[in-house]
Amino acid sequence: MSCKILVVAEHDGSKLNASTAKAVTCASKVPGATVDVAVLAADASALGAQAAALAGVNKVIVAENPANQEAVAAIYAPQVAKLAAGYTHVFGPSTTFGKDVMPRVAALLGVSQVSDVMAVEGTHTFKRPIYAGNAILTVEVPADAPVVATVRVASFEAAQTGGNAPIEKTEPAVALPSHTRFVSRSAAATGRPDLQSASRVVSGGRALGSADNFKIIYSLADKLGAAVGASRAAVDAGYVPNDLQVGQTGKIIAPELYFAIGISGAIQHMTGIKDARTIVAINKDSEAPIFESADIGLVGDLFQILPELEKQLG
Amino acid sequence: MRRIMVGVKRVVDYNVRIRVKPDNTGVITEGVKMSINPFDEIALEEALRTKEKGLADEVLAVSIGPADTQQQLRTALAMGADRAILVQTDVNLPPLSVATIFQKLAEVEQPFLVLLGKQAIDEDNGQTAQMLAALLDRPQAVSCSKVEIADGKATVTREVDTGLETLQIDLPAVLSVDLRLNEPRYVKLPDIMKAKKKPLDVKTVADFGVAAGSTFKTVKVEAPPARSKGIMVKDVAELVGALKQKGLV
Ligand SMILES: Cc1cc2nc3c(=O)[nH]c(=O)nc-3n(C[C@H](O)[C@H](O)[C@H](O)COP(=O)(O)OP(=O)(O)OC[C@H]3O[C@@H](n4cnc5c(N)ncnc54)[C@H](O)[C@@H]3O)c2cc1C
Ligand SMILES: Nc1ncnc2c1ncn2[C@@H]1O[C@H](COP(=O)(O)O)[C@@H](O)[C@H]1O
Repeated sequence: MSCKILVVAEHDGSKLNASTAKAVTCASKVPGATVDVAVLAADASALGAQAAALAGVNKVIVAENPANQEAVAAIYAPQVAKLAAGYTHVFGPSTTFGKDVMPRVAALLGVSQVSDVMAVEGTHTFKRPIYAGNAILTVEVPADAPVVATVRVASFEAAQTGGNAPIEKTEPAVALPSHTRFVSRSAAATGRPDLQSASRVVSGGRALGSADNFKIIYSLADKLGAAVGASRAAVDAGYVPNDLQVGQTGKIIAPELYFAIGISGAIQHMTGIKDARTIVAINKDSEAPIFESADIGLVGDLFQILPELEKQLG
Repeated sequence: MRRIMVGVKRVVDYNVRIRVKPDNTGVITEGVKMSINPFDEIALEEALRTKEKGLADEVLAVSIGPADTQQQLRTALAMGADRAILVQTDVNLPPLSVATIFQKLAEVEQPFLVLLGKQAIDEDNGQTAQMLAALLDRPQAVSCSKVEIADGKATVTREVDTGLETLQIDLPAVLSVDLRLNEPRYVKLPDIMKAKKKPLDVKTVADFGVAAGSTFKTVKVEAPPARSKGIMVKDVAELVGALKQKGLV
């Protein structure tokens, strides 16, 4: 069967998020699929062109509306549901953006969503993690209803650029609610690599003991050109902000190199780094569960090891 | 009556090591410790605190699940919920059906706030709150870490990939809660006794006109691929050597 897939773009108003290109890759893996991208924005002049440049994109559909200045699910979802007419599949990234918008779209289309697609097995068959990634479900969804899915971004490479898809403007005729108003968003301008796309990540856990001590994690990260991450315990204790949390309820990442420092290795943390290429664990407890999953383990006190490590890295 | 409705799902306790059934039809749940979904405990705690602040009159706990789910609802009542409804079914309903049952209950109970977890830790769907909000055509706020209610509105802070986002929403609304919203209270023994007298209604899925099955088919459930066994190094020099050997530094 021929599949028409609409990918909902995530962006910050001027730049497409890398998650969009990853969702496009996932969509391209659906057998026989034509992939269009929907860009909802207040002003899509730059965004439409970026989406059109993604390799494998057939067409970009742009819906410009001042109400689309910020991605508010209650405002996005009815427009996406309207644009979904004629498509067999609607995909969005499994980031906090997609997790907010896509289930609302699914309900408007009268279907349950396939969350966190990690592999495409057929036009209507997908693999997804359940139980914090401790089991992998292969699910088959009906072919006579729209498929709404979120794409686990750590499972797919970003689509290349170099494409030149046509851009089509549209104004979905739907009433938009006024019951939900955007107030503010904290901007994460750290100057460090982005946790979700960085090839190296250095994470610290409860063992760091304070926000001040956490500086040695930042210092090692800067030395390696790495992003900084953290366990839930470190976030809960206020050592670092919530957007650094890695794990089941934080970010799912797949860096080339991951340092888990003073992190015990709870399953909820490990699910966030299952796809990391090399995991290095530093922990003073040789029995810590993290060593069961680490590629390279070192037992010892992080406060002695880290300064030495920085020195030897030169 | 200013009512808050809370979702309470019975799930495998978060400390249990999950094992896949040898026939790949699911995970082993027989003889395994079951608990309230951790996010739902947080949702319930938020509802109770809202009531304790004088902003609500009644907290209604709702669960859809097998008969044994009465255990989790009794715990919710012991924590402080005023009454509970069990929609009893042995079938694992898909999120849209769950959301539809919540919608029908909301139409009867008229809560000004529905508090659900951001995800149920069994299937990690993370959909029900958003679907319910869509079905009710009301505001949603997903992954809340702070909720302030005043004048028929809520100001909510949500955890998002870039940090924190604040929305102002009109009530009634549906919220899904994140881990840092609060720390749920412990249940005290006298409260367990008291909870036995609180009302717990049992209904069936048929009462809500929802199909007692799923259109999604489980093809198989597998264990994730195991990571290959790593190495232990004895000091920093060996660690740096191993990283260099892999071409990582
Ligand atoms: C529903 C749910 C969702 C969750 N989601 C997440 C999630 O997304 N991400 C997440 O991370 N967690 C999550 N958790 C929490 C998780 O279960 C663990 O509690 C958490 O990961 C523990 O963090 P930690 O490893 O930093 O702390 P601990 O478990 O306290 O471990 C600290 C470690 O540091 C070591 N240590 C102490 N001092 C030193 C030293 N000087 N040098 C070296 N090592 C030292 C100790 O040996 C210990 O192993 C979740 C829990 C639940 C219930
Ligand atoms: N069977 C159920 N019974 C009660 N609440 C549920 C049920 N399923 C989902 N929920 C609620 O919806 C939230 C999100 O679930 P899910 O969308 O399945 O990840 C849960 O944290 C619960 O609050």
